[in-house]
Amino acid sequence: MLYGYLPALLEGLVLTLQVSATSLAIACVFGLLGATAKLSGSRVARWTAEVYTTAIRGLPELVLMLLIFYGGQIGLNKLADAQGWGYIDIPPFAAGVLTVGFIFGAYLTETFRGAILAVPKGQAEAGLAFALTPTQVMRRIVLPQMVRHAIPGFANNWLIMIKASALVSLIGLDDMVHRAGLAAATTRAPFTFYMAVALIYLTLTSVSIFVLSRVELRYSLGVRKVQF
Amino acid sequence: MIRKLAATSLLLAVFALPQSGFAQAPDWAKIRIGVEANYPPFSQMSTDGKFSGFDIDIANAICAQIKAECTMVSQEWDGMMPALNAKKFDMIVASMSITEERKKSADFSDSYYDIPSAWIAKTGSYSQVTPATLKGKKIIVTRNTPRAKYLQDNYKDSEILLVAKEAEVTMELAAGRGDIGFGSSLAATAAFLKSPEGKAYSKVGAPITLGGAAQGGGVGIAMRKGEDALRNKVNGALKAITANGVYKSINDKYFDVNIRGQ
Repeated sequence: MLYGYLPALLEGLVLTLQVSATSLAIACVFGLLGATAKLSGSRVARWTAEVYTTAIRGLPELVLMLLIFYGGQIGLNKLADAQGWGYIDIPPFAAGVLTVGFIFGAYLTETFRGAILAVPKGQAEAGLAFALTPTQVMRRIVLPQMVRHAIPGFANNWLIMIKASALVSLIGLDDMVHRAGLAAATTRAPFTFYMAVALIYLTLTSVSIFVLSRVELRYSLGVRKVQF
Repeated sequence: MIRKLAATSLLLAVFALPQSGFAQAPDWAKIRIGVEANYPPFSQMSTDGKFSGFDIDIANAICAQIKAECTMVSQEWDGMMPALNAKKFDMIVASMSITEERKKSADFSDSYYDIPSAWIAKTGSYSQVTPATLKGKKIIVTRNTPRAKYLQDNYKDSEILLVAKEAEVTMELAAGRGDIGFGSSLAATAAFLKSPEGKAYSKVGAPITLGGAAQGGGVGIAMRKGEDALRNKVNGALKAITANGVYKSINDKYFDVNIRGQ
């Protein structure tokens, strides 16, 4: 099957999943930080977050990836040369997931910000009235309730991110799409391999959609309208 | 104050520590080579995900010749030059043609192959190919190539039919719109001769290397600018493996023509 390239493709799939999952975790951190900063009282924090989301969402992912991976490395090399450190490598995996995470963090910032705003203000006020600290209010009251509002946007971003993870092949990571491309070039049977990749992606995204819809149901307990 | 001191000394430690161990002496005992697998049979991926092909074999032969420990780094074609200049690897062995534009961002070794051009026509139609035997004939060639320039300079008494793509040389020939085609001896030509349409055709005359390598053209190994020690080593190794027959055995493993082109 697939001219014997199936195991090679599946190895690539493992990498694709690793990149996607790690990037998602990083994106969530950036997203939460960004959303908190945007809603905070500090003008500096608000402006920093504003610059972050405007710049990152306004640039193509490919351009950012190349800028950070190669530009970052060249900058680091210059610094290292000046200090006499020798060559310090940015590992492609770290660079890839940081870049993808950083980019999608900007999108998640907006998703999370909207979701936090959707939680009625009285909830947080009640928490503060009970002498909880702002951090406690955020963690125990706002975040659990914002998840429900965040899930649809979050699911969108996750689906786009799984697919965008294919960009990491450009910086030397051997993901599934890269493997498929090479196998296609070698066997001169592009249709076979891209079709296989398409089906694998479709499976991945279908499973994701199913899981996330269950999560949405779970977090909507108590507020979901009765359905007849 | 104490905190400040501690921070300063930590910073100093971080800055000072790698100075002793990390600095790499450029004796080139270890070389990282950028390769890809999109260009069979020069580079391709085996079913186990490993890279193989002419380029990979040549890279390994060079490493064996200069007794360097080599690591192959997989790199998509589009990122080759940036990755080289970001020191992700030290040289590119990926069928990269030596061009003026690329010479601006990298140095090149001597050419390690230069695919010769071949004449192709109805089997038995020409015993030899010279400007005299092709006088008044229509020659098909791809425009904007060294081949087209060569014909315009040397075959002034022939009619020249310029086509847009290499594959069209044989298509036009098979359609009867010219008498003889002049194209790459590997790419479209080889595939055409094996196809049903190409049955009645064959290569005629002798293959020609258009002096690409002699004029600094051909296909070379790219290195960062100024790495002269590495470049000399690689050039020496290329000469040595050509002389001792290693190159020929790799060549013959993949091709039925000699592509060294010196």
